[in-house]
Amino acid sequence: MSKINCQCGHENPFGTVLCERCGRPQTTEAKQSETVDMRYEGSARRSQTYKRSIIDRIWNFFSSVKIGISIIVAVLVTSAIGTLFPQKLYVPVSTDADIAAYYERLYGVFGTIYYKLGFYDMYNSWWFITLVGMLGTSIIIASVDRVFPLYKSLKKQRTKRHASFMKVQRIFGEGSSDDPDEALGKAEEKLKSLRYNVKTEEGALLAEKNRFSRWGPYINHAGLIIFLFGILLRGIPGFYVDETMWIREGETRSIPGAPGYFLESKGFILENYTKDEAKEIYGEALDRVGSIAKNYQTDVALYKNKEGGLPGQSEHRKLEKEYSIIVNKPLTFDGYSIFQMDFRLDELKAMTFQLTQKETGKSLGEFTVDLVDPEDTYELAEGTKVKLLDYYPDYDGVENGEPVSKSPIPNNPAFIFEMVTPEKPDGERSFVAIRQTLETEENAYKVNFIKADTRDISGLTIRKDRTLYILLFGGIIFMIGVAMGSYWNHRRIWIQKGKDNTLLIAAHTNKNWFSLKKELNQVQDIAHLPAYEDRLDKESTSENLEGDQQ
Amino acid sequence: MALASISSNLLFVSFIAYLIATLFFGGAIKGGKAETTDKNNKWGKVAITITIIGFLCHIGYFITRWIASGHAPVSNMFEFTTAFGMMLVGSFILLFFLYRTPSLGLFALPIAIIIIGYASMFPKEITPLIPALKSYWLTVHVITAALGESILAISAVAGLIYLLKNVDLTKKSKQRFWLEAVMFTLVLVIGFVVSSTAFSIAGYEAKFTYIDKNEAPAKIEYNYPPLFGMHEYKALTEGAMEPIAEMPPIVNAKTLTTFVWSIGTGIVLYVLLRLIFRRPLAMVLQPFAKKANSQLMDEIGYRSVLIGFPVFTLGALIFAMIWAHEAWSRFWGWDPKEVWALITWLFYAAFLHLRLSRGWEGEKSAWLAVIGFIIIMFNLIAVNLIIAGLHSYA
Amino acid sequence: MASKSKKKKRLVIRTVVLLLLVSAVVYTIAFKDKVDVLAVGDMAPDFELTDLDGNKHRLSDYKGEGVFLNFWGTWCGPCKREMPFMESQYKAFEKKGVHILAVNIKGSDLKVEAFRDNYKLTFPIAIDKTESVKEVYNIIPLPTTFLINKEGRIEQIITREMSEDEIKSHMESIQPD
Repeated sequence: MSKINCQCGHENPFGTVLCERCGRPQTTEAKQSETVDMRYEGSARRSQTYKRSIIDRIWNFFSSVKIGISIIVAVLVTSAIGTLFPQKLYVPVSTDADIAAYYERLYGVFGTIYYKLGFYDMYNSWWFITLVGMLGTSIIIASVDRVFPLYKSLKKQRTKRHASFMKVQRIFGEGSSDDPDEALGKAEEKLKSLRYNVKTEEGALLAEKNRFSRWGPYINHAGLIIFLFGILLRGIPGFYVDETMWIREGETRSIPGAPGYFLESKGFILENYTKDEAKEIYGEALDRVGSIAKNYQTDVALYKNKEGGLPGQSEHRKLEKEYSIIVNKPLTFDGYSIFQMDFRLDELKAMTFQLTQKETGKSLGEFTVDLVDPEDTYELAEGTKVKLLDYYPDYDGVENGEPVSKSPIPNNPAFIFEMVTPEKPDGERSFVAIRQTLETEENAYKVNFIKADTRDISGLTIRKDRTLYILLFGGIIFMIGVAMGSYWNHRRIWIQKGKDNTLLIAAHTNKNWFSLKKELNQVQDIAHLPAYEDRLDKESTSENLEGDQQ
Repeated sequence: MALASISSNLLFVSFIAYLIATLFFGGAIKGGKAETTDKNNKWGKVAITITIIGFLCHIGYFITRWIASGHAPVSNMFEFTTAFGMMLVGSFILLFFLYRTPSLGLFALPIAIIIIGYASMFPKEITPLIPALKSYWLTVHVITAALGESILAISAVAGLIYLLKNVDLTKKSKQRFWLEAVMFTLVLVIGFVVSSTAFSIAGYEAKFTYIDKNEAPAKIEYNYPPLFGMHEYKALTEGAMEPIAEMPPIVNAKTLTTFVWSIGTGIVLYVLLRLIFRRPLAMVLQPFAKKANSQLMDEIGYRSVLIGFPVFTLGALIFAMIWAHEAWSRFWGWDPKEVWALITWLFYAAFLHLRLSRGWEGEKSAWLAVIGFIIIMFNLIAVNLIIAGLHSYA
Repeated sequence: MASKSKKKKRLVIRTVVLLLLVSAVVYTIAFKDKVDVLAVGDMAPDFELTDLDGNKHRLSDYKGEGVFLNFWGTWCGPCKREMPFMESQYKAFEKKGVHILAVNIKGSDLKVEAFRDNYKLTFPIAIDKTESVKEVYNIIPLPTTFLINKEGRIEQIITREMSEDEIKSHMESIQPD
């Protein structure tokens, strides 16, 4: 790797476009072109320096902005494909076979292909994660390779540049001046009032402002890296909890993912907007769509096991707090948050029956069976009682001569009652299910269904995410960086004396040339500097002569 | 109720004001010379004044509706799109005062007008907030995101002007084809507005029952003569048109019907315009872009991306994540709307990198700005109406 | 030459950075679906449950002896089938220092008692009313059986129905010497 020796005697690293010291163009391309590309100040990117080992090659691959952009586009395209059909997460079935069937049923051949290619779980696929990882790698390497050379060259930039440097700037002017020294002095004064930092050196002047904006891109990239790092940490056990629980009204349950904590549901509330409400303004909308939900709420009590309490013990619980979990207002404790996410209404809770004499239809009394925790005997009167021999919450027919319940949830309760009456003190047996009563032999009494009580179930999500603050921090850093880079621009103006009372002016900004020119015009007016041209604006230089607008 | 009607009147006034301002901007360009300086002629001054009046009325609409409904009016398609149109005008005013270019107004205002027209095709009544939207983050997130998008949209306007001025329309080329395609798309949106207005004035409606994709029975009401029927549809309205074809359950035949009617109307409209002008629409508009300065338009396009990108990031990603964490328990869930916000963000990130490092300025940059606007519109329209997700409120 | 050592240093730094980044990606992919669950060899988490007869059972009280910890439900067919085998093996192993504790999930007192009486079970049965033991042991399918050895470590986790022979050999595996 040869060094590049500039005419001024400075030794520049390989890949340098503009001499680090005097600014003379070094490459033939830069020498021949009318304007020069000023990004990274024409300094050599680190990766350009050597091309040797495989490591260096990989490094150079990720250092390229072209590759970076390609990765961005790849992430963009794969993300878009992922929205073509709903992702696995939003599909109402859970087993693999069901998911495959779901895509096939709804989207036909395309659905099957989508499923087979793994697009149904796009954002969890190894190759999507790899792409994001490559993006992160590219951000890190490309930034590191550029920020140091840029910092160095901005730090050691000279006030006096070689005329050839001035001539290849996009904004350049050259002309004679009556009194170059006076012009320089006035320009310096005006530039200072425009908040430029002005440096002078042997008849040359460099005015510079907002150099810090050049660090914006690197700061925002650092923010992105912090963000990605935060996401990486979620893989560590204990950093991230994501569980769901269904809790019935009146139930107390251990909170999944939060050992030692218990939640009691005191009630679920669903409210809809009504027309009588103060906001009669909603009437029209309610007429059109029917009902609109107003509130989903679960009133809960949070308990914690006392110090040294064990799972399974109930006597060591102590009330931590009572809270109403509503959408947008999660319950938070000890780094956990519990969210109101879903609900199911009207699960059977209790059933009330009446014991009647078949012949006369006379009632011997009513009793209520709690379907969650039924009792075994219901006393109705002296000598009259109903015994609950067995209970099948989710009755699903008879198997091997035995009634079967397919789940513990009272979806379809069935009971075996023994009715003890003064008339039949030995008891009569009866199997009672919804819309069905079976008797081994003809009974004198029967149990009639009267009414059912229901309760609601709240679907809650339990989250703990210790990485959130890291992510937020990354976001803030990103915003600071991106604002620095976008809302401020690094502007530089060079003015220097040439031969025979001439003045050379050149200016550069990384963005927003319009404002730079406005400032330059002000300086020009006061200091009577020679006219300049914007080499990239072919139109105004030709049309400008037609004169100003009215 | 009074406040609500004041609100809609103000919106109407602003709509008219934008129309008039557009004409004045046209006059400013006709009378003016090439745009290089920061001075405007009389027409230009009148035009921007009318625009500002219209904008103030628009803000008036926004505030009165906010007071009337008790929440920021950004909670459904009509409200959001109207607010987006408002911010588009606001962003234009901001950039106008930075660069004083009337041609930007001549192209930005009609786009705002089309957007407001599009918005008013959706149900306009004030709706109460569903539980998920009841949060101050609704105000913060939606307004910031819309503001960011609207500033980004200005870059597409500047890009369009750049392209109209610089693409050679006399010779057959890819550029000419795609520029005309952009014009055609704008006509299609007008086609939607025209057809939708026509049928709603005629009071057309047809009700059907059908079986939805989860195999549950459902009802639907068409406002267009039903070209396509929902899965296993049955007509409830007597004398309604019999749909030509029945669709499988995943296709929303109502949306498809609206879409086909709009495209049909759009095509008719486009053909009519072509017959009237006897040349491509891009060519018709080209003279209006002639006065613009290419370098300046390129810079306006770039500058508006620079201004809009951080605002968009803040509103559509950061605030969105914070709210999503509070409302849905996760800050990111790969919901289609979220993904498309990310896609928009990645796209503009690519735009900036291409410009900074690969020297994509001028025409390439202008094309990218137009594509960016298409992505934003896709997220606003298609993702809400076609790809169902958590964000589909309309 | 100075540049040679500089070059070497750079190579090392670049290699380390790239390796770190690659391992970050591999780590993310490998652990994306992993949850923190109990595994064979872990200490069995302590708990205390009250059985149907009102006796308290604390896992740590059985230290030095084997525990056959079975999670079951009254509606679950495989649970019903293996219960009688457990009962006969319980009788054989109780004196050899292997205990059975059956933890019922989502049952009511009535239902579980009816079940016990029906199958004439004599080993202790407790109902995990708040499901806190179930949470700690990450129980997903029923039946799930944990074999806990005399040190209190998990010897094996069985998440399916067992035959009588299997139950017998499992119990032998946690029998203290």
